[in-house]
Amino acid sequence: MAIDKETVKYAAKLARIELKPKELEKLSLQLQDTLDFIDQLKKLDIKEINPTSHILPMNNVFREDKIKDSLPIKKVLDNAPALERNFFVVPKVIE
Amino acid sequence: MTAHELFDKLNRKEISPRDIITSLQDRIRQIDPKVKAYVRLSDSLHQTPILSGIPISIKDNICTEGYNTECCSKILAGFKPPYDATVITKLKEAGATVLDVKTNMDEFAFGSSTENSCFGPSRNPWNLECVPGGSSGGSAAAVAADEAIWALGSDTGGSIRQPASFCGVVGLKPTYGRVSRYGLIAFASSLDQIGPITKDVRDCAILMNIISGFDAHDSTSVDLKVPDYTKGLVNDIKGIKIGIPKEYFVEGMDAEVKTIVQEAVHKLKDLGADLKEVTLPHTEYAVSVYYIVATAEASSNLSRFDGVQYGFRAKSAKSKNLIDMYESTRGNGFGEEAKRRIILGTFALSHGYYDAYYLRALKVRTLIKEDFDKVFKDFDCIVTPTSPTPAFKIGEKIKDPLKMYLSDIYTISANLAGIPAISIPCGFTKKRLPVGLQILAKAFNEEMLFRAAYTYEQNTPWHLEKPKIE
Repeated sequence: MAIDKETVKYAAKLARIELKPKELEKLSLQLQDTLDFIDQLKKLDIKEINPTSHILPMNNVFREDKIKDSLPIKKVLDNAPALERNFFVVPKVIE
Repeated sequence: MTAHELFDKLNRKEISPRDIITSLQDRIRQIDPKVKAYVRLSDSLHQTPILSGIPISIKDNICTEGYNTECCSKILAGFKPPYDATVITKLKEAGATVLDVKTNMDEFAFGSSTENSCFGPSRNPWNLECVPGGSSGGSAAAVAADEAIWALGSDTGGSIRQPASFCGVVGLKPTYGRVSRYGLIAFASSLDQIGPITKDVRDCAILMNIISGFDAHDSTSVDLKVPDYTKGLVNDIKGIKIGIPKEYFVEGMDAEVKTIVQEAVHKLKDLGADLKEVTLPHTEYAVSVYYIVATAEASSNLSRFDGVQYGFRAKSAKSKNLIDMYESTRGNGFGEEAKRRIILGTFALSHGYYDAYYLRALKVRTLIKEDFDKVFKDFDCIVTPTSPTPAFKIGEKIKDPLKMYLSDIYTISANLAGIPAISIPCGFTKKRLPVGLQILAKAFNEEMLFRAAYTYEQNTPWHLEKPKIE
């Protein structure tokens, strides 16, 4: 199928990725190439085939709900770009 | 020197762990400015690691507590994991010294050359103008250049085997579920596996003994007894049934690679294996399926990099609200290939395209898996080239993503089917670039891979050759 700039722009928006106009231009062409190649999958008759999302024959994996030690808070928070006390700081969400 | 040779020397008290780590650090300082197998070298190698045993080098996407783990991406700059990956815990328990410097990779393992690393590409020790392969190119180059005794990489579509092939070393992708993925920064969760990159097959088996096994921290790890893989190191393949898939020897492959791999196949026959041509009819669709499934899973896995909990946050003036901050952080923090894959994956999962792309790819994945199931009913293993070409030049494919994707054409199927596969050296081109032979077996039958690989290795000289780094 043909993928236009608007579709790429929309997917980038969904993925929360800012693209510069030049990037959008280039990416649209490259994604078109890739999708043209991937369109080969349409040659196959797959009506009767079940999808494989995962290779292992396993369903739900349960464990007992036991309380365990957590990671030390300081060590985890040390990686954050912005902190106040023990909280992550982000730009204002509610106006 | 291999790890097993060093073990023997340690046991005979001919060397100390300190000797090993010192000489390795010297080698890294001397050679790495040329090979660039490691990243952030200037801020590391200062502290002396625990001097208890054999050092191991780790890819930059496997969490090492307190040591930077950045997936060679700007968006994870400065990230120091607060915990060790399960494979690291197991290595430490076995007495290994985990090096504080990490090996180079394509950003988030997106690539086949290490050119997508935010630190720039590693070099192939056999020819410094060529790529080492990828994404675990730093690990493979380090092992080949004797800057590492052995190393861990990760393999989502060939990221251990293709660089092992390009650098003339041994690389194994274990069965999906054999090695815990806990602490491996996820790319595509249904395909990723951690595995060894080593100088010979024996080291590969020893390392698999250490890292394999069930882990409650990884819900996809399988609770099956781990055999002693060194028992698979049997120099005998008489009567072993090997399938040669005709779809892997088609046009587009390098003529020299074809000849070298065919000679390796003859060698296996001379050693007593029972060879027959087989068919894996859906091989041609593997790359397409992969670039839908892997990018879809990646688009979801990489949503966690949003500038809030760790790593890079854009300081642009536009970041007035939360969404702007996310978009600007991700737009500036991810490299080109990461953005390309996240957007492709998001597209394939988006409303209106899900059935046409993602669901269709999952169905064809079933067909690819069934191809292997059929062959393994009658055969012990399958032998193919690891890559259609030897190492290519830096810059040769980076501008054409599709061309780069096609360099994984022979390795991707094993990930889609979840089966184990090993790459071992099987010769050199006229320009002295290594060529790799890939052996595949059915799920949880790594022992068969070790047996076939060990027999071939012990009866050929390739693993003894060393690059001259000028």
